[in-house]
Amino acid sequence: MTDLTTPAPARKRRSNLQLLLANRLAAAGLFIFGFIVILALLAPILPIPNPDITDQPNRLLPPLSEGHLLGTDHLGRDILSRLIWGTQVSLLVGVSATALAAFFGSLIGLVAGYARGATDSVLMRFVDMLMAFPYILLAIAIVAALGPGLLNALYAIALVNIPFFARNIRGVTVSIRNREFVDAARLSGKSHAAVLFTEVLPNVLPVIVITMSTTVGWMILETAGLSFLGLGAQPPTSDLGSMLGQARAQLFTAPHASIIPGIMIFVLVMSINLLGDGVRDVLDPRLRSGTLGRPMPVTRIKRSAKPSLTLPEPPALVVENLSTGFDTGGSITPAVNNIGFRLDKGECLGLIGESGSGKSVTALSLMGLVASPPGVITNGGVYIGGKDVLSLREQELIALRGARVAYVFQDPLTTLHPLFSVGDQIAEAVLTHNPIGKRRARQRAIELMDTVGIRDASGRASAYPHELSGGQRQRIGIAMALANDPDIIIADEPTTALDVTVQARILELLQNLRRERGLALLLITHDFGVVAEVCDRVAVMKNGEIVEQGETQTVLRDPQHDYTKRLIACVPELGEGRNFLDRVRPLFPEAKA
Amino acid sequence: MPTYIAKRLLAAIPVILGLSIIVFLVMKLIPGDPAQALLGSYATPDNVARINRALGLDRSWPEQYVIWIGNLLQGDFGRSYILNRPVIDEVLERFGATLILAGASLVICSVLGILAGIVSAVRQFGWTDRIVTFFVLIGISMPAFFLGLVFILFFAVQWRLLPASGMYAVYGGGDLPDLLRHLILPASTLAIVATGVVARLTRAAMLEVLRQDFIRTARAKGLSENKVIYRHAFRAALVSIIPVLGIQAGFVLGGAVYIETVFQWPGLGQMLVKAVSTRDLLLVQGGVLVAATVYVLVNLLADVAQALLDPRLKA
Repeated sequence: MTDLTTPAPARKRRSNLQLLLANRLAAAGLFIFGFIVILALLAPILPIPNPDITDQPNRLLPPLSEGHLLGTDHLGRDILSRLIWGTQVSLLVGVSATALAAFFGSLIGLVAGYARGATDSVLMRFVDMLMAFPYILLAIAIVAALGPGLLNALYAIALVNIPFFARNIRGVTVSIRNREFVDAARLSGKSHAAVLFTEVLPNVLPVIVITMSTTVGWMILETAGLSFLGLGAQPPTSDLGSMLGQARAQLFTAPHASIIPGIMIFVLVMSINLLGDGVRDVLDPRLRSGTLGRPMPVTRIKRSAKPSLTLPEPPALVVENLSTGFDTGGSITPAVNNIGFRLDKGECLGLIGESGSGKSVTALSLMGLVASPPGVITNGGVYIGGKDVLSLREQELIALRGARVAYVFQDPLTTLHPLFSVGDQIAEAVLTHNPIGKRRARQRAIELMDTVGIRDASGRASAYPHELSGGQRQRIGIAMALANDPDIIIADEPTTALDVTVQARILELLQNLRRERGLALLLITHDFGVVAEVCDRVAVMKNGEIVEQGETQTVLRDPQHDYTKRLIACVPELGEGRNFLDRVRPLFPEAKA
Repeated sequence: MPTYIAKRLLAAIPVILGLSIIVFLVMKLIPGDPAQALLGSYATPDNVARINRALGLDRSWPEQYVIWIGNLLQGDFGRSYILNRPVIDEVLERFGATLILAGASLVICSVLGILAGIVSAVRQFGWTDRIVTFFVLIGISMPAFFLGLVFILFFAVQWRLLPASGMYAVYGGGDLPDLLRHLILPASTLAIVATGVVARLTRAAMLEVLRQDFIRTARAKGLSENKVIYRHAFRAALVSIIPVLGIQAGFVLGGAVYIETVFQWPGLGQMLVKAVSTRDLLLVQGGVLVAATVYVLVNLLADVAQALLDPRLKA
């Protein structure tokens, strides 16, 4: 059955309300909105004067006059009373318009999304046409045709808001109609109408509620606007908008008569907007704006103990007792735990482990690139040329990135900027550390592309990442890393997104560059085959810790740790065929079945 | 690129035709029989039939529509019976003033909204962010017609800084500085809602982009944080901000109706409101059609700008 018609709706609703009240702004909105609604509903029994009784001698009394708390208007009518009655009208019209728009818009959206095909195109073209009008102008045309009046304004505002509902609801319906429970209902012999209203509708309902709660304030504003222009409520009926419109003539002599209804509209709409945002957050947490923090330029460093600032006689890179974790609201979940390794000039160290073992976090920690929040470096030191980079000031650390230590990332389609040409991206890397002028940087970029084996480099330089093949893109990533002749390249699964033949060529390229330039290479991978081919030494990671490290040949020949044995066994060999699983299975007791 | 623009232009034609159909249908909503209304007490069945034939009202709706659109295409929007002049002349004369007002508002809401959105995203959860969020909330909840009155009260009446109404001073005005002085209050009032919307969406777009992998690449290159934000992140966010600006063009064109009424700005909106109350329907029809067509073209411009920014969209 459907997700939302399952039992215990009562309990669920209560928890939604609790969630809503936990949001302080939404709770404030609910409180103010509730207060206004109650006041408006109680209008007939409140001890207030008749809103339509005129009293010429007492016209335009200021607020706090005797008997008239908020003063009187140009006909001597009591403003407080008119405000309460007017709020009632405005609320009624705004809510009715929302209900109408929601009903017809959702109906169109449901039918279009469920039927698809010609019905869908016709309905949605019609909706697009409505949307092609500047919002309020169509409403004005409709009021012009039907004649000014509150009811006509209501129809007009409802009509111009139908597209919002139709579009939102259609989108959700399309994604739901192909789900299994809908197929099941159809196969069980239910009619289309029954499927639509008993299976699809309940799942679309939250979206309808969200759209209503986010548009109702707007519709109150717009109907008030039409009344303000004299196109909505006609005397003797008046809503907040027409109160404001009539008082405008006395703006200079009696501003309170305009300001009071204006503030009322503002407060009403704001309370609804606050409430609407809260409802949206509760019903669809994914739409919540900016709940995830934005990553800072450098990972937060909060080390319990300061390591020594320098190392004597250092190799290219030393990592000591490095720990990195993720701040999950108060406590820190460790991802990398007290690891250490070293990397000499011209050497290649493989960091191997399964996904989630912490190898990428390790790689990113070295230059403070772990997304933060939530990332935190909690311990240890990273020594490049003997100096602890985690003790550097932010600007100094940033200056090292790309200059002494460069990265090559996994999936170059998402890691290259989609809107800049690849030549520009490489040239930018050059210019960042070496201001040689745009033209020379461009030349250098083309040379680099040539170095990494891109044919017709000067032609391809103006291509965008999406116009290149996966292998070419990764070569661009490598060219960018080479831009400033770094000492160390950290390659994070550089070949994982590529097919096998391309993978071999990229590895060969990295090998050659390393030999030619004496680069130190930290290669992160999950593939022991790659390690065996490229790395001098290897460190094996599991659950955020290094369980074994040593010369590649030694580790391969005589692995000490169980986990290493498994990883090595998992490299399939050509011609081994179906014996592979038989060989590997005993190493994984948890996969006996 | 030229083929892309041509394609978009072609796609705009059915939309504009659709607009005209909707306007045509809306005019058919008018209650009562036009011939009856014209003839008043002379409405004998014979006379009604004759008038209907003369006005083409005895034909089917599709036929009427074709004749009507044919006339429109020749620039014949009919005559305003109140002003006693061709609708198109009046509409075009008024539309210039509206374009100045709406254009200025669009510039204000784009610049302020985008800046506020970026700052808000960069200083997420900080004080700047809270202040921006607070003003955005006020902006999108504020009735612009009320804000206009408040502005007049303070800036024009209380402090006497700026003129309260009109486009030019009655005496000695007419130059550009005079126009700008008259423009400040209505344009900023009109921009308030749109600024809130743009700021909100810019903030969301920036936060979304700042989590992307290519931003990490930019950081790994050693770019300064300013370059990361204003060059890399903003460029990518702009692709999703531009369509929003296109939509705001519609909001300021429509919102001009209120603002022109409040500030006595001699534009299309003020004309429309008057025309609705005098039931000058041909004038309403012409004004709405012209404004809607311009809106479609502005959105087309937004599409082209977006494609210029994002090479992936050109295909």
